[in-house]
Amino acid sequence: MELLMAIVIGILFMCATYLMLSKSMLRIIIGTGLLSHGAHLLILTMGGLKGGSVPLLSDETASYVDPLPQALILTAIVISFGVTSFLLVLAYRSYQELGTDDMEEMRGTETNE
Amino acid sequence: MSLLHLAVFAPFLLALFVPILYKLFRQIHTGWFVLILPVLLFTYFSRFIPLTKQGDVITERAAWIPSLDITVDFYVDGLGLLFALLITGIGSLVVLYSVFYLSKEKEKLNQFYVFLLLFMGSMLGVVLSDNLIVLYSFWEFTSLSSFLLIGYWNERERSRYGAQKSLLITVFGGLSLLGGIILLSIMGNTFSIRELISQSGQLIDHSLFTPALLLVLLGAFTKSAQFPFHIWLPDAMEAPTPVSAYLHSATMVKAGLYLVARLSPVFAESGLWLWLVSITGLITLFWGSYSAIKQTDLKAILAFSTISQLGLIMSLLGLGAAALHYESMGETIYLAATVAAVFHLINHATFKGSLFMVAGIIDHETGTRDIKKLGGLMQVMPITFTVAIIGAFSMAGLPPFNGFLSKEMFLASMVSVLELDIFNMDTWGVLFPVIAWVASVFTFIYSMIVVLKPFTGKLSLKLLDRKPHEAPIGMLLSPIILASLVIVFGIFPNLLSSSIIKPAVASIQPSLVGPDFQVHIAFWHGPEPEVWMTIGIIVLGVLLYKTLSKWQGITMWVPDRISLNSLYDNGLRGLERSSSFVMKCLMTGSLRTYLLSVFLFFILSLGFTIYWKDAFTLDTKHFAPIGFYELLLAGVIVAAAIAILFAKSRLTSIIILGAVGYAISLFFVLLRAPDLALTQLVIETISVSLFLLCFFHLPLLASRKEERMTFRLNNAMISIGVGVIVTLIALSAHSNKLFDSISSYYLENAYKEAGGKNVVNVILVDFRGLDTMFEITVLSIAALGIFAMIKLRLTRRKDQS
Amino acid sequence: MKQNDLILQTVTKVAAFVILLFAVAIFLGGHYSPGGGFVGGLMTSAAIVLLLLAFDLKTVTAILPIDYKVLIGSGLLISSLTVAGGLLFGVPLMTHAYRYIDLPILGHISLHTAVLFDLGVYLVVVGVTMTIIQTIGESE
Repeated sequence: MELLMAIVIGILFMCATYLMLSKSMLRIIIGTGLLSHGAHLLILTMGGLKGGSVPLLSDETASYVDPLPQALILTAIVISFGVTSFLLVLAYRSYQELGTDDMEEMRGTETNE
Repeated sequence: MSLLHLAVFAPFLLALFVPILYKLFRQIHTGWFVLILPVLLFTYFSRFIPLTKQGDVITERAAWIPSLDITVDFYVDGLGLLFALLITGIGSLVVLYSVFYLSKEKEKLNQFYVFLLLFMGSMLGVVLSDNLIVLYSFWEFTSLSSFLLIGYWNERERSRYGAQKSLLITVFGGLSLLGGIILLSIMGNTFSIRELISQSGQLIDHSLFTPALLLVLLGAFTKSAQFPFHIWLPDAMEAPTPVSAYLHSATMVKAGLYLVARLSPVFAESGLWLWLVSITGLITLFWGSYSAIKQTDLKAILAFSTISQLGLIMSLLGLGAAALHYESMGETIYLAATVAAVFHLINHATFKGSLFMVAGIIDHETGTRDIKKLGGLMQVMPITFTVAIIGAFSMAGLPPFNGFLSKEMFLASMVSVLELDIFNMDTWGVLFPVIAWVASVFTFIYSMIVVLKPFTGKLSLKLLDRKPHEAPIGMLLSPIILASLVIVFGIFPNLLSSSIIKPAVASIQPSLVGPDFQVHIAFWHGPEPEVWMTIGIIVLGVLLYKTLSKWQGITMWVPDRISLNSLYDNGLRGLERSSSFVMKCLMTGSLRTYLLSVFLFFILSLGFTIYWKDAFTLDTKHFAPIGFYELLLAGVIVAAAIAILFAKSRLTSIIILGAVGYAISLFFVLLRAPDLALTQLVIETISVSLFLLCFFHLPLLASRKEERMTFRLNNAMISIGVGVIVTLIALSAHSNKLFDSISSYYLENAYKEAGGKNVVNVILVDFRGLDTMFEITVLSIAALGIFAMIKLRLTRRKDQS
Repeated sequence: MKQNDLILQTVTKVAAFVILLFAVAIFLGGHYSPGGGFVGGLMTSAAIVLLLLAFDLKTVTAILPIDYKVLIGSGLLISSLTVAGGLLFGVPLMTHAYRYIDLPILGHISLHTAVLFDLGVYLVVVGVTMTIIQTIGESE
C-alpha cells in the first residue's frame, strides 16, 4: 500500500512541477493545487497507513491510526483553499490589468530605482 | 518602577502626546509644551547633587527579561548625574532656543519634537542604565533619533546624505559595541556594569579581554567622532542648528566619552587601553583643529572644533588610566587628567553650545553661514557678538573664562606624561605635549576665525540674502545663559569642583579615590610649564591669525580624492553597485527561473543527501495490504493527473483537477480519516465552483510558445526528478522510524485532559489550538486580500512617468 | 439567455436547509464524531453556494443580508478571546474547560469552552469562503 502511495505521490508531484514550470497562469495554479494534494498524501503516508482504526476514541478499540498527520492535513487543506483562491483572483486581476497570462511577458524587466 | 524610571521614560511618554498637542494647539508653538519636561527633569536631577556629593549611589531596579539577566536598573552616581544634568539642562536651553528658531507655520514641529524627545529619553537611558544590554538599546536609539533629526529637512539632498552617513557609521560602531558587551558578559558572567567593575582585576587575563576592549572602543570612537570615524559629524551639520548644538556637540557625541569613562575601571589596567584611547584622542584633537582652519562654513568650523575637543577629552580620559599603575604619586597627577576631562566636558558643553546658537542666529538673521560673505556684524548684532566673543575666547583657552582653566589642566596633564615610565611612554611620550601644544595653537586660530571673521571687518549687504538685525530676545536667551555660565564657571570654578566634578571623577576611578581626595581648581599655580605654553599659544596664534591669508593654502594640500570622505563615498557606491549586480543576476523577474532554482536545489540537495548518507531504506514488512478500491482510486488519480498535462481546454483541466480532489477524498475514507474526507469533499466542491466563477475572467489556455521541444524536455526532466525524489523520501520516511510518534500522547490525553473523543478535532481546537488560531488569521488575510484586489480596482497609475 | 433551472431551484429549497442543519450538527458534534469548525463552516458555505447557484446573487443577499467580512472579524475576535480567556483564571493560554451536565430532553451532554473557539473557526471559515465567492461573483 505504501509503495503504491509513494508512486502516486511521486506522479502527483511530477505533474504539479511540470504544470508549475509552464508559462500559463492557469496551469500554474492548477499545478499548485495538485502539489498540495500530493503533499497531503505524503504527510499521511509518512505516518504509516491503516495502523489501526479511525481516531475516534472508544472503549472497544485498542489501536488507532496516527491522528497528528490528519490534524496537520486538515489545516493544510483549508489553507491551500485560501491560497488557491487568492492565486486565482490574482491571476485574473493581473490578466485584466496587463492583458496577458504569459509569465514571461509579465516579468518586470526595467529595474525600478 | 520608580520615580527614576519615570524620569527616564517621561520623554518617551511625552513624545506620544506631542502630535496631539501639535494638532490641538496650532496657535501655540509646540516647543512651549515640550520645554516643561526638561526643566522639570533638570530640577529633579539636581536634587541628587547633595546625595552624590556624599558618594551615595541611588539605584532603582525593575525586571525586564529576568531569564536573560536583563534588568532595567537605573543608578545615579557622580558620572551619570553629570551627564543627566547636561542632557536636561542643555536640553531645556535648546528647546527654548528652538521655539524661536523654528517657525511654527513652516516647520513640521510635531516630528521635530518627537525626535528630540526620543533622543532625550534614550540619552538619559544610556547614562543611567546599569545593564549593558539596556544601555546598548538606548545607545542605538540615540543613533536612530540622531539620524531622524539630521534628516529632518528630508527634502534636501545633503540632509539625507548626512543622515545616512551618520547612521551607517554610528550603527556600525553600535554593533561592534554589542559584540564587546557580549564578550564582556561571557567573561564576567553578568551584564551589570557595576558587577563587571567589581571583578575588573580578574578580567584582564581572559583571552577575550583584548577583542572586547577593541570592540567597545570601536563603538565609543564612532559615536564620539574620533579619527578616522569623525567624517560623519561635519555632514551631520545639515540638521537644524538647535539639534547640532544639542546632539552633535553637547550630548550625543559625548556618549562615547561616557562609555570610555564608565568602563575605564574595567579596562584601564591594560596598556592597550591607555595607548589607544589617549593616542586616538590626540590624533583627533590635532586633525580636528587642523581641519577646522580650512573650513568656510561657520557650522563646519564648529563641527571640526567639536571633533577636536572630543579628542582632547578622550586623550585626557586615556591618560587618567595611567593613575591605576601608580600607587602613591600617580594619584595626584593622573587623577588630575580625569578631573580635567570632566571639567572640560562641562565647559565644552557651555561654550560650544553658545557658539552653535550664535551660528544659528547668524544663519537665521543673514541667511548664510559662509564666513567669506559675512563681516561687520558687530554693529548690527552687538549682543550676539558679545556672546560669541565669550564662547570663542573660552574655546581658545583665554582667561578669565572656564576654557582657560580646563585647557591649562589639559596641558599640565600632557606635560606630566614625560614622567611616565610604563608601556614605553618614556620614549614616545614626548610627542604628547608637542601635539597637544600644536593643536592648541590651531584651536586658538579657528576660535579667532569663528568670532572675528563674521563680526569684524566690513559689512557687505549685497552678499547677504536679507538685511541683518539683532535676533529676538527669546532666541538670545539661551546663548546668554550659556555665556554667563562660561564666565561664572571661569571665575568660580570651585562651584563645580566638589559638587559635580569630584563625584564624577570618583565614579570613573573608584579604586583610586580616597577619603581625602579633593578637587580644587585654581587660576594661578605658579610659573608652571603650562603657563608658558599658554603664553606661547597666544603669541604664535595671534601671529599666525594675522598672516592667515598667506599660509592658509597649505592646509589644502591633501587632495579630496584621497580623503577619508571619498573613501567612504566610494565604498558605499561600490557596495550599492555590487549588490545591485548580484540582485540583477538573481532576481530576473521570471517566475520560471525562480521555480527552476527551487526545484533544482530540491533535487540536488535531497538527492545528494540521500546518496551520501545512504538514507534510502525500504521496509516492506510494515506495508499495509492493498485493496481493490485503493488500486482503482490510485489508478484514477494517476490517470487524471497525467491527463491534466495534455488537457487543451480550461474546462477540462478544471474538471480533471476536481476529479483528483474527489478521488483523494475517497482515499481519505479508505485510509481512516473521516474528518479529512469530509473537509476535502466540501472544499473540492467549493473550489470547483470557485474555478468556474473565475473561469469567465481567465484567458483561454493558449498552446503557443510552449511548443519548443527543449523547453518541454527540460521541464519534463526536472518534473521527473522531483517526482522520483519525493517517492524516495516518502518511502524512506515511512521506513525509517528514528523517533517514536508523539501521537500516543494525544491519543492518551484527548479524553482525559480535553474531554473529547475525536482526536483530530481535539488536536485542532485544544492541543494545537494556537496553530489553528493563526491559520484562521491567515485565511482572513487571504479573504481580505481578495476583497481588496477586486473591490479596490488598483489600476496602474497613469501619472507615473 | 433564458435558463430553465426549475428542478435545481425546487431541490435547493429543501436541500439547502438539510445541508445547513447537517452542517450545524457536525459542527457541534466535532469533539466526539467527525466534524468541527472547519468542516461545519465549509458545509455551511457549500449550502449558501448551492443557493447562489440555483438563484442569483441578489435573491440570496436578500435572503441572507449578511456582511461576511463582519463574520471574519467576529470569528477572529471570539477565537482570540477564548484563547486569552484562560489568562483571567490564571492558567496558560488556550486552556479549555469542560463539564458534563444533564438536561431534560437532550440528556447527558457536555459543555466545552473549546466549542466557543470552534465557533470562531466556524465563523471565520464561513466568512472567508463567502467573502471570496461573493466578491468574485459580484465583479464583472
